[in-house]
Amino acid sequence: MRAFETTPVESTTEGQAAAATLGRAIVITSGKGGVGKTTTTANVGTALAALGKRVVLVDADVGLRNLDIVLGLENRVRYHLLDVIEGNVGLDDALVRDKRSENLYLLAAAQAREKEDVDTAEMMNLMEQLRERFEYVLIDCPAGIETGFRNAIAGAQHAIIVCTPEVSAVRDADRVVGLLPNGWSPELIVNRLRPALVKKGKMLSVEDVNAILRLPLLGVIPDEPGVIVSTNKGEPIALDENSAIGAAFRAIAGRIVGEDRGEVSTTTPEPGFFTKLGALFGGRA
Amino acid sequence: MLDFLKKSDFFKPFFRREGSGATARERLRLVLLSDHLSLAPDVVDALKAELFAVLSKYVDIDPQHAEVTFEMREREVAMLASVPILAVRNDRPSAPRPPAPPATRVRRRKRKGAVQTKLVPTSMGNSAQA
Repeated sequence: MRAFETTPVESTTEGQAAAATLGRAIVITSGKGGVGKTTTTANVGTALAALGKRVVLVDADVGLRNLDIVLGLENRVRYHLLDVIEGNVGLDDALVRDKRSENLYLLAAAQAREKEDVDTAEMMNLMEQLRERFEYVLIDCPAGIETGFRNAIAGAQHAIIVCTPEVSAVRDADRVVGLLPNGWSPELIVNRLRPALVKKGKMLSVEDVNAILRLPLLGVIPDEPGVIVSTNKGEPIALDENSAIGAAFRAIAGRIVGEDRGEVSTTTPEPGFFTKLGALFGGRA
Repeated sequence: MLDFLKKSDFFKPFFRREGSGATARERLRLVLLSDHLSLAPDVVDALKAELFAVLSKYVDIDPQHAEVTFEMREREVAMLASVPILAVRNDRPSAPRPPAPPATRVRRRKRKGAVQTKLVPTSMGNSAQA
């Protein structure tokens, strides 16, 4: 079955659960910046937690912390990843519990530090500690292919590639796939697809993107304004029952835990419909 | 005529793949080609020109209707050439002697992409004139 499937950690008392089975560390990466890695990490994590999985989200973008904002947790972050690595505080002090789910935690990135400050071996050690306590460790990778990228993939076993239907994003994704360790089988999320434009021949289709990347397709996220509203508010759209984007993230989480969701639709619903409908009645926009 | 049809708004739905998406697809193909082969676009042009020049030593070809494309195969790139042959040349130079086998075995470098050349005979009737 899917590479991500994992046997559940016995969730008995904390601490005893450790070491029984290690969770899966999945890095969310893309090469290019601004394609939706952080939004994807926040929403896939939220959706996994909603399925009852114990999930920790790690912001590996040292120096440019963002994941806390998308999750609406920026006021709760007191310590960060480098505090833990350098032994200033314990892991428990640095983990921030999500407002909405008791299964979901965040380990924030250091904002006033640099990517080069992270030691790769210590990063790997930290990821292993997290895998002892959580079923899924989702690592939000920084853009680029330098130190930050290498540290982010160091402690992971799997990768999700986020790519938008643009020439530059596909080129960078292709480069990143080539840099992942041998033996990995990364899966693809195509983000910000506008099916109406694809239909008119004005946007690369999912098939066009994957003709180049040739990866198993994990999901397709339509482009809708609703995600901007949710990011403004710091409320992951994965919890929005009326959003097509939310539905796409929930479907991805389902596939990650090994649910049979069938083939991924490469022509997601017309963008805007659910959002517009919701905005009309709920005034969310 | 075909160009006119493509430009005409009335027929647009029949040529929907000709939007900027097609341009993006072609740019993506070319940029990845040079990424994978480490070949700059002008090198690809030079390769085509020399390929045609070599073929022309043996047969009359129609470079205007020749197609040289590169396609992705798994994680490799293959070159496919489809070159219309107009006529077989009778004035071709005597076949060059095959290179002498190397004295010692040279280890071959792993090839990055297969090169295939497909010669498509078109109007063979013309060959009588040559």
